[in-house]
Amino acid sequence: MKKFLNSPDTVLADALAGLAAAHPDLSVDLDQRIITRAHGPHRAKVGLISGGGSGHEPLHGGFVGAGMLDAACPGEVFTSPVPDQILAATRAADRGAGVVHIVKNYTGDVMNFQMAAELAGDEGIAVRTVLVDDDVAVQDSTYTAGRRGTGATVFVEKIAGAHAEEGADLDGVAEIARRVNAASRSFAVALTACTTPASGRPGFDLPDDEIEVGVGIHGEPGRRREKLAGAKEIVATAMDAILSDQPLDPADRTIVMVNGLGGTPLLELYLVFGEVSAVLADKGITVARTLVGNYVTSLEMAGVSITVCRADEQMLALWDAPVRTPALRWGC
Amino acid sequence: MDAALARAWVQAIAAAIDEHTDQLTQLDSAIGDADHGANMRRGFSACLDALADTPLETPGDVLVRTGATLISSVGGAAGPLYGSAFRAIGRALAGPDAGAEQVLSALTEGLTAVKRLGAAVPGDKTIVDAYTPAVAAFEQELWEGGGLAAAAAHAAEAAEAGARATTTMQARKGRASYLGPRSVGHQDPGATSTALIFRALAEVTVR
Repeated sequence: MKKFLNSPDTVLADALAGLAAAHPDLSVDLDQRIITRAHGPHRAKVGLISGGGSGHEPLHGGFVGAGMLDAACPGEVFTSPVPDQILAATRAADRGAGVVHIVKNYTGDVMNFQMAAELAGDEGIAVRTVLVDDDVAVQDSTYTAGRRGTGATVFVEKIAGAHAEEGADLDGVAEIARRVNAASRSFAVALTACTTPASGRPGFDLPDDEIEVGVGIHGEPGRRREKLAGAKEIVATAMDAILSDQPLDPADRTIVMVNGLGGTPLLELYLVFGEVSAVLADKGITVARTLVGNYVTSLEMAGVSITVCRADEQMLALWDAPVRTPALRWGC
Repeated sequence: MDAALARAWVQAIAAAIDEHTDQLTQLDSAIGDADHGANMRRGFSACLDALADTPLETPGDVLVRTGATLISSVGGAAGPLYGSAFRAIGRALAGPDAGAEQVLSALTEGLTAVKRLGAAVPGDKTIVDAYTPAVAAFEQELWEGGGLAAAAAHAAEAAEAGARATTTMQARKGRASYLGPRSVGHQDPGATSTALIFRALAEVTVR
């Protein structure tokens, strides 16, 4: 394993110290392990927090700021945060109007957030939980833990964050967050595995001429393994999975993200985006807004995830609203 | 079981986890996200610190403290699941010295807590697949007139067999379930750590 580390045990603490040093707009509590806005909000608004394992940067800490999250609680690498941390983030985000928890649908995340929500409820903080489960590679059935939360998390945090910023109430913010999730689908393909600092070895061995299809964001193997094909063909597989799960009409307008999993050059992400946009153009579907880059990563994994959200006018307006965070910044 | 034995149990678990950290991580790497070993080591190491701080009168106090510490330090699904289990076990051991029957009902409370929180049933390739046969074997041994040490020894064997039996199962809960049929052929890391916990109980009860 070759990584920039001091010790595998201190990777999170050391990275948080760096995050704090790099972004004066953020306030990083190294003891409680939470990231909050350094300045405000100073008025009553619905708080929005999220959290999950580390290793997905800029998710979630990079999305703390005006127009998006109020606080984030990063767990150890690929490990959900603990209830104490989530409770601390909930308290920090509470301005008296309640707090929305945005939780990616993984067994551990759901359990820890649920425990924290109960503790917050005991303190009189109203909490609404929104689960993100957009990954169509996993079928939601009695044979799985349900769909995974992946790329749509960025859409949910941006749009719900903007709605909270404009003064929506607790149920209103939770409602639009759920609507964005319900309208979003993702699919991911990996060219290489990734190595967690604690294990020191890649999560799986993949021959040079093979790819993992239907991967998540935790270095686990995907649904199946296939021979490496051209980008057009790989994108066709992914888009087929996405569009067969949620068929789109030519009248639909979409927000589309091509997201790098950590080790994919931007050159290739744009190449993939070109193929995605060709598939959608072919079906007459409008791509209204786009995002290309590394937003929900899986350490150094080479791979790409595609997320398509069928957006209504309100979602698009909220998408366009000003946002000022380390990883997303426009209109301000 | 008194407070000293409960403490010895937690210390033995911590030592066993420490010794098997790499094994747990490698098992988790095959069908999960390669963090189970490190998370369990961090959790039980935090338990040793938490128990060192305070004099605790009953086995229940020791195990409730252990559970609370696991919830605060492990993360993932293992934190809430093992944390809730130890809290439930501890709550059922209020007196200063529990007999074997009481330990059985406490272990059963722990299993109920795990099943309630994780909604897993036997065959899902989880902690439950080691925990369920362990409790059954513990009970069987008591019926047959055995004491705490014999019951714990049988429970450990049953937990280990249960953990091995997860190899052929397809995961239906937790992160391994995302792999579908590809989860078959790998032993479940959670069932494996459960077997370590029961083996530790067997070790300290014969001392």
